[in-house]
Amino acid sequence: MADPITPVLTKRWLSPNSWRLSTYEQLEGYTAIKNALRKPQEQIVALIKDAGLRGRGGAGFPAGVKWSFMPQTSDPARPHYLVINADEGEPGTCKDIPLMMADPHSLIEGCIIASYAMRANHCFIYVRGEVLHCIRRLHAAVREAYDAGYLGNDILGSGFDLDITVHAGAGAYICGEETALLDSLEGRRGQPRLKPPFPAAAGLYAKPTTVNNVETIATVPYIVNGGSDWFREMGTEKSPGPKIYSVSGHVENPGQYEAPLGTTLRELLELAGGMKDGVPLKFWTPGGSSTPLLTADHMDVPLDFEGAAEAGSMLGTTAIMVFNETVSVPWAVMKWTRFYEHESCGKCTPCREGTFWLAQVLERMVEGRGTEEDIDTMLDVCDNILGRSFCALGDGAVSPIESGIKYFRDEFLALCEDNKAKQSDSALVGASA
Amino acid sequence: MTTEDLLAGSSKTTAPEETETEVPEGHVKLVVDGEEVVAPEGELLIRTAERLGTVIPRFCDHPLLDPAGACRQCLVEVEMNGRPMPKPQASCTMTVADGMVVKTHRTSRVAEKAQEGVMELLLINHPLDCPVCDKGGECPLQNQAMAHGRSTSRFVDTKRTFPKPLPISSQVLLDRERCVLCQRCTRFSEQIAGDPFIDLLERGAHQQIGTAETADIFDMASTTSSGTPFQSYFSGNTIQICPVGALTSAAYRFRSRPFDLVSSPSVCEHCSSGCALRTDFRRGKVMRRLAGDDPDVNEEWSCDKGRFAFRYANAADRIRRPLLRDDSGELVEASWTEALRRAADALVAARDGNGAGVLTGGRLTVEDAYAYTKFARIALRSNDIDFRARAHSAEELEFLASSVVGTTPEHVSYASLEKAPAVLCVAFEPEDESPIVFLRLRKAARDKGTKVFHIGQWTTSSVRKTLGELLACQPGGEAAAVDGIADHAKDLDAALSSDGAVVLVGERAAEVPGLFGAVQRLAERTGAQVAWVPRRAGERGALEVGAVPTLLPGGAPVADADARRALETSWGLDAGTLPAEPGRDTAAMLAAAASGELDALVVAGVDPDDLPDPAAARNALANVGFVLSLEMRPSAVTEHADVVLPIAPVDEKTGTFLDWEGRERPFTVTLEGTGALPDCRVLDTLAVEMNADLFTQTAQAAWADFDRARVPKGTFGTPDVPKVPFGTPPAPADAVRLATWRQLIDNGSLEADEPHLADTARTPVLRMSRVTAERHGVTRGEQATISTDRGALTLPVEFADLPDDVVWAPARSPESIRGVLGAGHGAGVTLAGGAR
Repeated sequence: MADPITPVLTKRWLSPNSWRLSTYEQLEGYTAIKNALRKPQEQIVALIKDAGLRGRGGAGFPAGVKWSFMPQTSDPARPHYLVINADEGEPGTCKDIPLMMADPHSLIEGCIIASYAMRANHCFIYVRGEVLHCIRRLHAAVREAYDAGYLGNDILGSGFDLDITVHAGAGAYICGEETALLDSLEGRRGQPRLKPPFPAAAGLYAKPTTVNNVETIATVPYIVNGGSDWFREMGTEKSPGPKIYSVSGHVENPGQYEAPLGTTLRELLELAGGMKDGVPLKFWTPGGSSTPLLTADHMDVPLDFEGAAEAGSMLGTTAIMVFNETVSVPWAVMKWTRFYEHESCGKCTPCREGTFWLAQVLERMVEGRGTEEDIDTMLDVCDNILGRSFCALGDGAVSPIESGIKYFRDEFLALCEDNKAKQSDSALVGASA
Repeated sequence: MTTEDLLAGSSKTTAPEETETEVPEGHVKLVVDGEEVVAPEGELLIRTAERLGTVIPRFCDHPLLDPAGACRQCLVEVEMNGRPMPKPQASCTMTVADGMVVKTHRTSRVAEKAQEGVMELLLINHPLDCPVCDKGGECPLQNQAMAHGRSTSRFVDTKRTFPKPLPISSQVLLDRERCVLCQRCTRFSEQIAGDPFIDLLERGAHQQIGTAETADIFDMASTTSSGTPFQSYFSGNTIQICPVGALTSAAYRFRSRPFDLVSSPSVCEHCSSGCALRTDFRRGKVMRRLAGDDPDVNEEWSCDKGRFAFRYANAADRIRRPLLRDDSGELVEASWTEALRRAADALVAARDGNGAGVLTGGRLTVEDAYAYTKFARIALRSNDIDFRARAHSAEELEFLASSVVGTTPEHVSYASLEKAPAVLCVAFEPEDESPIVFLRLRKAARDKGTKVFHIGQWTTSSVRKTLGELLACQPGGEAAAVDGIADHAKDLDAALSSDGAVVLVGERAAEVPGLFGAVQRLAERTGAQVAWVPRRAGERGALEVGAVPTLLPGGAPVADADARRALETSWGLDAGTLPAEPGRDTAAMLAAAASGELDALVVAGVDPDDLPDPAAARNALANVGFVLSLEMRPSAVTEHADVVLPIAPVDEKTGTFLDWEGRERPFTVTLEGTGALPDCRVLDTLAVEMNADLFTQTAQAAWADFDRARVPKGTFGTPDVPKVPFGTPPAPADAVRLATWRQLIDNGSLEADEPHLADTARTPVLRMSRVTAERHGVTRGEQATISTDRGALTLPVEFADLPDDVVWAPARSPESIRGVLGAGHGAGVTLAGGAR
C-alpha cells in the first residue's frame, strides 16, 4: 500500500463547486501569490529549483532550471511570455483536463507566480480544442480572477501586471510539442520549429518564452506555501513531490490517483480496486502510449523518472493504461500506431512515411496477412525512425511497436503462423484445381 | 559551388602529420571524416563536407533558403567535446563548432544506415514513373536513390495516391504523389519572392503542397483567401529547385528528356537585371530556359518572364527573308541583294536630302547598338539616333550623360544594394521593372536590415515585399517630393546620408519634369549613390555606345570637337567628317519625319504604342518618305516599312548586354547555323552598299571596334547637371491625375506565343482611394472608365491607398494607355463609373 498521503493537487477536487473562486479562496486559494509577489523574482526561481520540481509534461526537465533560462531583466521591447501547455492529447493521458475542470484556479495562481518569477506580463493557456467544457470553465475562472483583482493591472497592489489568454487548439496532437504549440498559438500551421533558437531565447512572437505543463504550474503555489523541504518529503530524491497518476483500462475503479512520485503499479492497482473482475494483468503503459509498454513483471517498478527509465520505459505523463489478458498486443499496438499515423504532422520524412508504413503492416498483420519478415522489417523501420525524426513524435510512435515485439513477439509470430498455414492451404487448393 | 571553391576548401585542410593548423579569426577547426578542416563560424556542416568533396545527400537543403531540417536525408554522426551526440544530426541545420568531430556516411555506418533508411521511406510513397517524368535524368531523388538507397524496396503495401496533376497556376502544375515535401517551393515563395501563395496543407502522409484554391476545404478557402491561385512573378524558380518532378511547367511538361537536350549558358534579353540563364535546346529548337547560377547578379533565380518568354523566336510569322513593298503596296519576299540595294539607295538619297533618323529601341546588344551608332554617324552622317522608345526628355539625356554613362558595378551593384543601410526607389517599381533588383532589395531588407523607401503613389507589392516604407506623392509630383525629403522625411534624409546609401531611379522619371535635377541635388546633399535602372535589357548598352543624339561611343559629348576628332581618328575618317551638331531625340525625329524634315527612318525593335505619342508615331511612319525596319516579326513598324530586313533573336546570335549596373553580360550563340543575321552584320553590309565601312561584321568585331573607339566622358569635360524648373502642373478641373507604369507580364512583343505565362499576368485594374471612388461615382469591383479627348479605357476598380483624386492603371495591360488616351504618368484624365 502506498504511503498514506494527504492529497495536495487534488485536495479540493471533491468539494462542492470546487472550480469556483469562492471555494478556492476558502481552501487556502490565492494565499501563495500574496507570499510570492512580495519576494524578489530570483528567490522564487531558487525555491522551485530547491524543491526539485520536474516538468510534469513527460520529459521531466527541472522547472526551476527552465525558468532560469529566461533573461533576468525586463525590456519593454522584448516582453516575456509564459505559455501553459494544456494540449493534453496523448492516448491514455488524462490528468490536466480533470485538474482544470476541478480546480482551474490552482493553475491560474501558479501562472501568476510563474509569470512574476519570469517577468512575464502575459500568459497564454493553450487548451486542447476538443474539450469545450474545460475551455469554458477556464474562461470562467480567468474572468473570476480578473474580477477579484488577481489578474489585470497591479495585482493585489504589488505593482505586477498579468493578463491571461485562454486559447483553444484546433485538434492536432503535434501542438503538444512546445514549438509547434507556439506556431499554432501564433496562428500558423502547427509544426515543430527548428531549435536553436530555443523558446527562452525566441519563443512566442520570437520573444523569450517558457512553456510549462498544467500540472507543473498548478504545483507551484503549494511549493510557495509549503516550502521546498515540505515538497521534498514526498517522492524520491531525484523525483520529489506529489503526482497525479491517471489509471485507466481494466481496473475496478479507473480514475485519478494522487500519490508521491515513485509509487508502484502494484500500489496504484490497490488504490484502484485491483484488476477488473480479477482478470490478470497482461501489459500496461507507465505514461501514455509513447512510453514503451511494460508487463506484469514490472509491477514493482517505482514510478518516478529514474525508475521508469531503468525499466526500459519512461515516466511520461503517468498515464497508466492497464490491459488484461483478453487484449491482443498486436491489435493494441496497431491502434496506437494508427493514432500516430493520423497525428504525424508530416514535416519530416521518418515520422510521416514511417508511421504510414508501420500502420499498414500492423493492420495487415492483425488481419492475419502478416509474415515473419514483416516483424523484422517493422523493427528496422522503427530503428530508422527512432532518433531520426525532427521531433519526439517519431520516437514516441515506435515505442509501442518496439516494446510490444520485445515482450510479446510470440503473439506477433502467432498471427503470422496462422497466415502461413492459410497460405499453404490455399496453395494446395490451387494446385489441385 | 565551382571546382575552384572545392579546391580552395580542400587546400585549407592539412595532412595529419603537420603540427598546428592556424585558425583565422572567425573560424573554427573541426574534423570531418578524419580530416581536419578550418571552417568559418556559422557554416553548416553540409557545406563544410561539400568543400571537402563529400556530398551529403539532401532534399530540403538549399544554400539560398533558410534551413528547414525537414527531409532528414543529410543525417551524420556528430561528436562534441569528445562526447558522441545520442542521435544522428541533420547536417543542413547544424553549424560547425570548434573541436567537433563529424562522421558522414563515408565513415559512419550509423549515418549511412540513417540515410538509407530515410531514402527508403521517401520512396515508399513515390510513384515509379521516372520513365515519363520530366525530372528523370536530372532528378536529385533519382540520383541520390542510386547513390544512397537500397536496390529493392521492402514496401509491399498500398501507396498513397492523389489526383494529378493539379494546376496551381496556369504555368505550374503539381504532382502531389511525386512530392517529397521538402518545402523548397514554399520556402522560396515565402522567403525569397514574398509570395506565400503555396503552403503545406493537411498533415501526416496526407500532407501536401497546395494553394487556397486546391485545398479540399473549398468553403474555408473561400472565406480565408478567396481561393487565390499561386500568383508570383517568380513561380518558375519553384520548378527549378524542386528536387523531384512534383512541379512542372505547362510550357515544358512532357516536351523532352534532359539527356536529349544541349545546354548553353545565356543571358536574359528582357529587362536590365542581366540574369544569367541556361538555355536548353534540342534539334534546333529551344525547349526551356533555366536560371543560371551567378552569385553577383541573379544568384540562382530568374523571373517567369525571363524563364518562359522565349517562344517569340519560333512564332509562325517570324520574318526569315527580306521583304520589299511592291507596287501594289504589299510586302513581298526579296533577295538580300535586292533588299539591301533598295534600302541603300533610299537611305543615300535621304542622307543627301533632308536626312535620315535612327530609332534603335531598347532591346539591342551593345554590339548591335554600336553598329547603329556608327551607321548613323558614318553612313547617314547624322546624330539623329535615339534608343529611347518610350517617354523621354532632354533632362533625362543630360542626367544619363552626367551620371550614368561610363559607370560600372564599382559604382552601384547588386552587392552594394545588399550592403546599403538604405535604398530609395524613385519612380521605380522594382518587382515590375527589374525583378532581380526587387529580389535583392527584399533579401537586403529581410536578411541585412536594409531600409527600403519608395517614392510612389500607393503601397504596391514592391513596397510591401521589400518591407519598405512609402512616401506617397501625386503622380508628377515626385520632384517636389524628393526635394522635400530634407524637411519632411528627416529619418530618410539621415538614412541616405549614411555610408553606402543608394538611390534607384526608374524609367518613369523621364515623365516627371525636374525629377532628375532633384535626385541629383539629393545625392549631392546626402552623398547617396545614384543608379539608373532602365526597364529594357538594351538601354544601358545603347547609352554606352552613344545611340543618343548628344553622345559619342563611350559617353563623350558630340559637341566636343576634340572628342569627335579622337573618334574620327580611331574610325579612320577624315577630320571634320563627323556631324558636329547634336541630333534629334526620338520625339523630335518622329515630328521631323511627319513634317518632311527627315526623309527616312531606320527603325529597329520599336513598338509605336510604347512611344510618348503613339498616334503621332504612326503618323510619322506613314508619312515619312522611306522606312527601313529591322525586325523579327511583323509589327506596327513593318506595316509602314518600305524594306524589312530580318534579324536574329538572341538565341541565334552572339552579343553582350550591359545590365543596369553597367556590368557586361556576354553570351554566345545558342542555336548555330540558322542563317539569321545579327543587326550589326546586316548594318555592316548595308553600309558597304552605301560606301561606308562599319567593321561590325560579327559581334566580336563590333565589340573590338567599339572598345578601340570609345571616348570616355570626362576625358573632354562633363556635361552640366540639368537644372529644369518643376512643380506639379495643375490638373484640369474635375479631372483626376493618372499614375501608370508597366507590369512585368503584359502584352510586350517578346511575350508572344506563351499563353501559360500570359495567364499569370496580374489582372488589370484601376486603383484609387475610396474617397476618389465616391467622388466620381465609382463602385469597387465594378467597371470604371478613364478618358481623355483621345479615347477611353475601362477596367474593374480596386481600392488602394492612393492619394485622393489619383487613379492608377497598368500602362500596357492589355491596352497601351498612351495609345488609347494619349496621356502618361502625371497627366489629368476624367474618371467615371461604368463602361464607355
